[in-house]
Amino acid sequence: MRGGLFALGQSMLGSLRDLAPIVLVIAFFQIAVLQQPVPDFIGIIIGLLCVVAGLTFFIYGLEMGLFPIGESMAHAFARKGSVLWLLIFAFSLGFGTTVAEPALIAVAAEAATVAANGGMIEATQAAELSYASGLRYTVAFSVGLAIVLGVLRILKGWPIQYMIIGGYILVVIMTAFAPKEIIGIAYDSGGVTTSTITVPLVTALGVGLASSIEGRNPMIDGFGLIAFASLTPMIFVMAYGMVI
Amino acid sequence: MELLSQLLGIILSTIKDVIPIAAIIFGFQFLVIRRPIPNLKRVLIGFGYVILGLALFLLGLEKALFPIGRLMAEQLTNPEFISHWSGAVAGALQWQDYFWVYIFAFAIGASTTIAEPSLIAVAIKANEVSGGAIGVWGLRIAVAIGVAVGISLGTWRIVTGYPIHWFIIAGYIVVVVQTFYAPKLIVPLAYDSGGVTTSTVTVPLVAALGLGLAETVPGRSALIDGFGLIAFASLFPMITVMAYAQLSEFRAKRSRKLTGES
Repeated sequence: MRGGLFALGQSMLGSLRDLAPIVLVIAFFQIAVLQQPVPDFIGIIIGLLCVVAGLTFFIYGLEMGLFPIGESMAHAFARKGSVLWLLIFAFSLGFGTTVAEPALIAVAAEAATVAANGGMIEATQAAELSYASGLRYTVAFSVGLAIVLGVLRILKGWPIQYMIIGGYILVVIMTAFAPKEIIGIAYDSGGVTTSTITVPLVTALGVGLASSIEGRNPMIDGFGLIAFASLTPMIFVMAYGMVI
Repeated sequence: MELLSQLLGIILSTIKDVIPIAAIIFGFQFLVIRRPIPNLKRVLIGFGYVILGLALFLLGLEKALFPIGRLMAEQLTNPEFISHWSGAVAGALQWQDYFWVYIFAFAIGASTTIAEPSLIAVAIKANEVSGGAIGVWGLRIAVAIGVAVGISLGTWRIVTGYPIHWFIIAGYIVVVVQTFYAPKLIVPLAYDSGGVTTSTVTVPLVAALGLGLAETVPGRSALIDGFGLIAFASLFPMITVMAYAQLSEFRAKRSRKLTGES
């Protein structure tokens, strides 16, 4: 019991250290540059304590729950030897974690407004809603596809760089043809799809797969799933902007 | 009391976000794999910690960091503030006059990246898999520098109004060239570090900065120019992580050479 408390206390200290730079930056700019008093000082201290406690619990639970389950599922699929089920699992994981992502819902709504202002769709609420949900499903589908592609790459041992560079070339070509208003959103949508729970899970899955398949190096083959998941949305969002 | 009910609300919405993930995991575990999960109780407790931790984290950000961060982004991009420091007339600002904005972008990009939970997760895993060759802190600092450079360059782009795709394409070319010279082991991790940087902490603060700038700089549209900072923040870490590996390789080679000669 005391050992557990000690470990918790240590990771609390670690979280405090992780947050110190933000506090310093904000304090410096507030006092030295903007020369303004800090509003609601007590509220900020309470909020910071919540952030420290939250980060501590998150990392604690990460190593207890998310990493082990991701790896044990990767091992189980590798033992079972059914590639089809593994790929179906990969797709559902990518699609399921993205479609409900709050950041994506916000970006999709924003994109619909841009499209309506740009005259690409009718400026009615119904048209904007259908545009936004179409975009959401497009991005979720593209993330599902990305994880499938990434898992296939781990199974086959394909080198990652040619696939990523090929993706970049596609992005560059599409940038030339996509409507100007959608480009910023398309580039950003690559970054917003990967949430805080998905990243550890997908990383553990990739590393677990690569370490349970003979001839794969977990360092070279295990990482890279997230890279795919942040590349394909750019391509699909621009395609969506071009089609509609 | 109000804090408690807010926390409850955030916990509920976090659970709602986790439900699809949990449904997929346990659905496949029971229907396809058909084996009991090893250490089921421990895993479930771990999930509980993750949900509680994430909820507390979000509540704290919402209460403490985001309001003041947004306020500062607003104040820093205010033309009056900028002309106060540079002595230029508010109507005729040059891009140099925005120097505090670039410094703030750099500092806030670096410091929020250090606290990004998903980056911590990937760094822990990379350290474990590489047998300690990739340090947790080395990776985190390399990514933080990348985000910082990316965001300050992104704010400069908003001020000057250059089209975003030239920067992104130039960045891609650097990434491609580096890929051929960087140590093979780092390449996939470097690609991944582009995507993990921008989740919980960085995006809201950076988006506020971008939108604030695009609204106050004359001739910019918030919708077209306000976006795009996140793209910068996910491109540059790839470059800095590969550079970090190249630098450590170079130093290792040089020290080997020196010991070989003596």
